[in-house]
Amino acid sequence: MSGLLTTDPAVRTLTRQKGYWRDLDWVLLLAALTITIFGSMLVWSASRADMASDSDPQSYLKRHVINIVIGIALGWFASRLDYRWLRAYTPIIYGASIVLLMLPFVPGLGTTIAGARAWIDLPGGMTIQPSEFAKVAVILMMAVLLSEKRDIESEPRDRDVLLSLGVAVLPILIILVQNDTGTVLILGSVALSVIAVSGARTRWVIGLITGAIVGVLIAVQLGLLKEYQVQRLTSFINPGEDVSSAAYNANQARIAVGGGGWSGYGLFEGPQTQGKFVPVNESDFIFTVVGEELGFIGSAVLILLMGVILWRAVVIAFRADDMYGRLVATGIVAWLAFQTFENVGMSLGIMPITGIPLPLVSAGGTSMMATWIAVGLLQNVRLHAVRAGV
Amino acid sequence: MSERSNLRLLVLAVLVVSLLGTLLARTFYLQVMEGAEYRAAAANNTVREVAEPAVRGIVLDQAGRPLVSNRTTVVVTVDRQVLAQQANDGAAVISRLARILDMPREKIEDRLKTCGSEGAKPPPVCWNGSTYQPVPVASDVDTQTALSIMERRREFPGISAKLEAVREYPAPFNVNAAHILGYLGPVTEEQLEEQGDSEADDRLRRTDVVGRTGLERQYDEVLRGKPGITTLAVDTAGRVTGTLEEKEPKPGDYLVTSIDARLQSVVEQQLLAAVRRAQEQGYRGSSGAAVVVEVDTGRVLAMASYPTYDPSIWIGGVTARQFQALMDDESLSSNAYQGQFAPGSTFKAVSTAAAGVDGFDLYGIYPCPARVKIGSQTFRNYETNAYGPISLTRALEVSCNTVFYDIARRMWQEAGGPEAPIDAPDPIAETATSFGLGAKSGIDLPGEAAGRVASREFKFENWEAKKDTWCRNAEEGYPETRKTDPKMADYYTALDRENCTDGYQWRAGDALNAAIGQGDTTVTPLQMAMVYAAIANGGTLYQPQVAKGIISAEGEVVETFEPVVTRQVDVPRKAVRFLRNSLPGVTTDGSGEVPFAGFPLDRLPVAAKTGSAQVTGDKAATSWFASYAPADDPQYAVVMMVTEGGTGSKTSGPSVRKILESLFGVSGTTVNSRNSVLLGGSPLPDLPKVGPDGIPQTPKGQQAGVADVRAAGSTP
Repeated sequence: MSGLLTTDPAVRTLTRQKGYWRDLDWVLLLAALTITIFGSMLVWSASRADMASDSDPQSYLKRHVINIVIGIALGWFASRLDYRWLRAYTPIIYGASIVLLMLPFVPGLGTTIAGARAWIDLPGGMTIQPSEFAKVAVILMMAVLLSEKRDIESEPRDRDVLLSLGVAVLPILIILVQNDTGTVLILGSVALSVIAVSGARTRWVIGLITGAIVGVLIAVQLGLLKEYQVQRLTSFINPGEDVSSAAYNANQARIAVGGGGWSGYGLFEGPQTQGKFVPVNESDFIFTVVGEELGFIGSAVLILLMGVILWRAVVIAFRADDMYGRLVATGIVAWLAFQTFENVGMSLGIMPITGIPLPLVSAGGTSMMATWIAVGLLQNVRLHAVRAGV
Repeated sequence: MSERSNLRLLVLAVLVVSLLGTLLARTFYLQVMEGAEYRAAAANNTVREVAEPAVRGIVLDQAGRPLVSNRTTVVVTVDRQVLAQQANDGAAVISRLARILDMPREKIEDRLKTCGSEGAKPPPVCWNGSTYQPVPVASDVDTQTALSIMERRREFPGISAKLEAVREYPAPFNVNAAHILGYLGPVTEEQLEEQGDSEADDRLRRTDVVGRTGLERQYDEVLRGKPGITTLAVDTAGRVTGTLEEKEPKPGDYLVTSIDARLQSVVEQQLLAAVRRAQEQGYRGSSGAAVVVEVDTGRVLAMASYPTYDPSIWIGGVTARQFQALMDDESLSSNAYQGQFAPGSTFKAVSTAAAGVDGFDLYGIYPCPARVKIGSQTFRNYETNAYGPISLTRALEVSCNTVFYDIARRMWQEAGGPEAPIDAPDPIAETATSFGLGAKSGIDLPGEAAGRVASREFKFENWEAKKDTWCRNAEEGYPETRKTDPKMADYYTALDRENCTDGYQWRAGDALNAAIGQGDTTVTPLQMAMVYAAIANGGTLYQPQVAKGIISAEGEVVETFEPVVTRQVDVPRKAVRFLRNSLPGVTTDGSGEVPFAGFPLDRLPVAAKTGSAQVTGDKAATSWFASYAPADDPQYAVVMMVTEGGTGSKTSGPSVRKILESLFGVSGTTVNSRNSVLLGGSPLPDLPKVGPDGIPQTPKGQQAGVADVRAAGSTP
């Protein structure tokens, strides 16, 4: 890769200062690596049952590992990008991600998975989910807009808040049309968090929270959400009495997690997991695998690892030497925290069922790559602050 | 950076911590607090049992000839659940199926209706099983048709063809024996409820086929075997993810009966011959029965009932027309052990024994006038014959009613006449009860009738049950009948008035009728056979048995059934001896002389009693012929009965003679046990041998009764 980098013009934008390895947030890196390896095990356990006896039971795992390697490489790349270059190219990244987001609508390119037309078909059976990259792009774009041209102590202008809001709303609308409700909720939380931490006036924050609540209520009332969306979102309230497939999934997920007990059935031994009673348990319902096979101990370890990552990310946000870095880190904190809560929560029956992966754990290449880019960006913010001597 | 930004970042951090804390708490609650509950739910989720019914045991005759065996057939089933998901409830699929099976679509549609639902035909045309169970609509489908159905899955959703073991009736010597063997049917809702929430491997399942009548029902558990159970791990889509446990089915045991196929065949033919004889005399000969039992064991060697049906019609379900025909001619129940008839003069043996019990001089002389007058009523002898003063032996030989009237009247008066208390002594009823009448014989076949012994007690109970109706009718005076026939209405009204006021009274007429087997007394032909067997063996009443033993499919003897004594009949020895000395006279000098003309009675004496029981209305008498032989060393009791059949002597007698001839190998005037229909001249002492391959060792060639008994006996 180094040969490639030296011939690429982008190489010049990479920071070359010494102390890169010394100044990295090693706790963050190790936690991210550990949870990724942990996740691979769970993906393997969940996917081997899917494979027909005549095909390779490890084929899913192999693809997952390739995704991880690509993801880590992209993360390394993101950690070394120069701020100035990044800020300069952010509008292009954002624009590109919007274009990518539209591609699933192009006939022949888009694929619908679990009711969401949010995937792009690639040759060789691979699919990519552009909304994952959109999360990164939205965070970067909002951070640029909300940190530009102002004193670090002053609050962002209304115009900038409005503009950054627009930056978030555009992909949200596209993703809404694609029926990917889970990602919409996360992007909304991200936008809200970034605007709040940017120091925008309190009425903006209160207004946005109120607006979000009213928006959801109106959407339900007007039937803007299709019936199955409502059903998926509400079935978690009373899964025992509903036999619809959404409630069935919620119920099966809870049976899997609950059956795990203290230490679980053991890896590859969970009857709900191996019997495929829980749908998409290599991705959306991956938490049911750790819950059933490794029990409360395994589940707690997984949640705590994510806690470590988020703790480091919050620390990086606090210590950022400028508003841009802080907002990037804040956006990532909000993204990872809410996505984790939503994903694990739906397996536990306390959140509505939406099709989103558990960061760094679930199978799904785009998510893996995007999350590792996020980890790389966190490192980048930290390195910037360390060098600035903050 | 601004304080506001720091503060808000802190709020976000707190929010993040609380979110993760919530997840941890919820995980702890689900896994540790409620874990056991979910573990149970998970266990339910994944395990499915697949039961493969065992091959049903076969039924053998006493020589090892298969009476019921198995063969494989291709059965086409329809899954109504799948069908319901098709356009128009799968009407097009049914049409296609009807075409390829070459049967009317209405027939398939009738079969697919659940019994009791709207427009459903009565069972067994309608479907009696579960909604989730595929309904078999056609059996014996040829392999080509089955294959083309299976290959065209898209055209035939929910239709499958599978191999199934079904009953086969090899019918050695063309035996029928339908009422003994019984038939199979789907398990009933009651049976499923009865076993509750059983988890046993061999519990009944909704798809099971069980014995509904006859031996198939009585020995269902023996014949059924144990199903093979495969425990599978199954996912939500119903895909099998693994096999947890596999238990092979254990084939059902073989039931060996005491029935001899060749004798049974003779008895069936002779019963039919007796019916034809009745019809030739201009009677209806509407039904009949014949029973052959071994007097020293109570084993049933042959038992026939007329009318009968072909047991194989039950295989794969009968058509509506077939079932209606079975209902119309009442051929489903056995007249031999389920039919109850007035015994007529065959009952006189019991009355004679009762006279002995009551201290009458069995060797005394009794008047036999043409008629006796009691009060306002006149009781006549049969055909108003008068024989003058005769011995009791002679009275049995010529079946003199008036002799027994006199004995009964004396007993009745002794007990206190019409005003006698309900528990006053009644030697005739008591002796009849002691001989097993009025109670089930205990034969190992389901649905046996008990019959009835007329007595003071019965009369009183009957009056209590009916008096309200009688009294109301007497009050109303039959207004409907009166419109057309006032005379008849008067008669009925008078009768009911009398019944209403003193219908409980055991009057002289009742006692007299009871003594000659008329009135309210009814018996099954099987009970009568057991009475004569008890007389023959010196007073031991046996419990009749059809099953002789159980052999496993590998040929090991599992169980042998020993003879069961019900009781020693409560009759003095000398009375039984008197009967044994007197009854052979019936065939030599009495009412049974004509049918036994030319029979070598000197070498093979036959004890017998005829009966021509009167029935209400203007129907012809019930023809009875009860016998045992040899009279001096009794082995078998043979009883035959034909309703609306005329006299015992003319209608049943000749057939009983033929049965005895085949039993003992009588040809002209020679008696040679080697010519007996029984191999070796008598029932085999041991159970037949079954090879380790499950094939019974049956007599060879002609003796087997079927062309290829080995193939028929093999289990698929």
